[in-house]
Amino acid sequence: MHLHAESARCSGCRACQLACSLHLFGENNPKKSALAIVPHFPDPGTFEVRVCTQCGACADACPTGAILQNEHGAYYINAGECTGCLTCVEACPEQVIFTHADREAPFMCDACGDCIAVCGMDVLSLR
Amino acid sequence: MYGYGGSILRVNLTSGEIRREPLPQDLARDYLGARGFGAYLLYREVPPGAAPRGPENRLYISAGPLSGLLVAGAGKCDITTKSPLTGGYAGASVGGLLSAELKYAGIDVIAIEGRAPRPTYLYIDDDRVELRDATAYWGKGSLTTEKALKEALGESFQIATIGPAGESGVAYACISHDFGRQAGRGGVGAVMGAKNLKAVAVRGTRSIPVAQLERYRELARAMYAACKAAPGLEAWQKYGTAGVTTWANEIGAFPTRNFRSGFFEDHSNLSGETMRSTIVVTDKACFGCPSPCGKYSFVRKYGVRVEGPEYETTALIGGNCALSDIEDVAYANHVCDELGLDTISAGNAVAFAIECYEHGIISKADTGGLELRFGDVDVVCALLRQIAAREGLGAVLGLGVRHAAATFGRGSEAFAMQVKGMEMSGYESRHAPSMLLSYMTCDVGAHHNRSWAITYDITRGRDAVTPDKAAKVIELQHIRPLFDCLGACRLQWVELGLDLGHYAPIVEAITGLPRTWDDLLTISERVWNLTRLYWFREVPGFGRAWDAPPPRTYLEPVETGPTAGKRISREDAERLLDMYYEQRGWDHDGRPTPAKLAQLGLAAL
Ligand code: SF4
Ligand code: SF4
Repeated sequence: MHLHAESARCSGCRACQLACSLHLFGENNPKKSALAIVPHFPDPGTFEVRVCTQCGACADACPTGAILQNEHGAYYINAGECTGCLTCVEACPEQVIFTHADREAPFMCDACGDCIAVCGMDVLSLR
Repeated sequence: MYGYGGSILRVNLTSGEIRREPLPQDLARDYLGARGFGAYLLYREVPPGAAPRGPENRLYISAGPLSGLLVAGAGKCDITTKSPLTGGYAGASVGGLLSAELKYAGIDVIAIEGRAPRPTYLYIDDDRVELRDATAYWGKGSLTTEKALKEALGESFQIATIGPAGESGVAYACISHDFGRQAGRGGVGAVMGAKNLKAVAVRGTRSIPVAQLERYRELARAMYAACKAAPGLEAWQKYGTAGVTTWANEIGAFPTRNFRSGFFEDHSNLSGETMRSTIVVTDKACFGCPSPCGKYSFVRKYGVRVEGPEYETTALIGGNCALSDIEDVAYANHVCDELGLDTISAGNAVAFAIECYEHGIISKADTGGLELRFGDVDVVCALLRQIAAREGLGAVLGLGVRHAAATFGRGSEAFAMQVKGMEMSGYESRHAPSMLLSYMTCDVGAHHNRSWAITYDITRGRDAVTPDKAAKVIELQHIRPLFDCLGACRLQWVELGLDLGHYAPIVEAITGLPRTWDDLLTISERVWNLTRLYWFREVPGFGRAWDAPPPRTYLEPVETGPTAGKRISREDAERLLDMYYEQRGWDHDGRPTPAKLAQLGLAAL
């Protein structure tokens, strides 16, 4: 299962990012979320939503084997094993493995689906 | 402090001094946030009689306790100052992502005073705060400046900027943000310009702490679920405020040709349906909004992009200047946005000038050879450019229609559509007494946002001039501005019918301060009375006469459309005021009584 985004419908509200940071860390902070909302304004005036496709490139790249799969088959970073080398961040073709000054280990989408419930535009779905 | 950024950022542009103060707990308790903070700080800190464009005036950019939280529409930011347009209180609201970003940078209020020695912008990256040279941006349009600053600093910075109109001191210059959102009313952009402050750029990376995390998450989920289940959601997402255009014409409330009429014969060309099917490309939301009213458009005829036009722009630039092509309206909207002009006041100023020209009150000698007429987009845009540059006729029009009427004279005062010096927004109200009373008593001037009571006139009877109409206006004047204190949008309630019962519990869960809905309304009433006191303090002779409607509303009947022949009598307008003052606990001159002030904890003021 992975998150899918219909970018053309996105209005750029970032509710999804808040739901995400609340799920991952129990915090209100779009900069600690695992999906990216990229505005292209003023031209052409569209939003691009980048989400994890669960392709596994990060797990293949991780030198310490810190990236594992949870019970839904979604990848996650086992912070205990992570050395903070950021190889996965580089390897991710979607650029959706994120870092924050507060945290040593990067973080990524675990396909929880919390973002879907707060998106008023029905951009997001689990497939 | 739970739910708040936790600090006031003080910036003195004259000395260059920057410091952070902790947000006082009692300020949060008694004034809640955003509009409440601005009104209180303006009253306490700006010296009485300060010149709006002088260094002693201050500009307060404030977030509320809901801003940046998981609450539907939690992206509103308040900008408060002493208005160069009216000389009284100005509190303007802007959506987008600004207030959320301020909170993530740990800031509830930016309090800006003084005047920078050269064009400057304020740079905020969490704790790193600097005043930077903005010479390279001075003279540039708002959209151009925002784009350039994002390119220079990074997409993650949120930008608030002025355009040429703010620099030149147009009394209704706005502050622009997010490529199409404006703190539109009251000339907040002119105050920024007078301070030599071109822009504010902010990025925050911190988390906002919440008192009751699980309760908050549950309430937030319920709020989004309710919005998504609302029957009105689909139409609102499709048309946004432009959906109002057809209805406003059907009820004869669409300002047309300087409010001579409430019906525009070509309105279907400007409708939400026309707009959606011809120019809209993207739905665009404020922070956390599931029901975006923002419609981002590509205007093929002119090759420009613009957010909008939203209803107010369609009303004042469209109907009021009699433009009958949505692409022309959208283009004039783009021109206003780049120049940094409030479309409501600007549309009024242009229509007023055209009517003066029609009556022979001004001539080609005044307009720089321009022949003014309704329905001509080139005339509209030429005047908008003159206004922003304060050149030609723009030197007079740029100070608002009250000033222009005083300058031109010869009876033009009767059709200068303003209250307290602020031009009227998009509802022709001669046959809607509670809407007219809303305009008369709004605390910034003739604006609809504090009370939008026209639907009440329709359900209750449009001729009725009865105490319940005053009661309705007061009720709305407490509920609607409460959203401006919370830092959230009211439209999920107004347009989707989101139950007001959602708000007090989530405010409580976020801030940890016990609050009922009635507690919140009391704060809103406190703020309302405080802004009234500010008017009395700042404007010599202020009182009842400042609440009078524009003379056109009682002197002339509506010319055409469903309300043709209707007007309100001066006596009825005065009766409405009597009922309103009495129910508010104000005296005959509209001054809050000592008993009312004591009840609201304002006795010391
Ligand atoms: S919640 Fe939906 S509309 Fe809002 S930013 Fe996320 S994907 Fe876009
Ligand atoms: S309804 Fe419009 S103004 Fe309100 S939050 Fe949504 S996009 Fe912003």
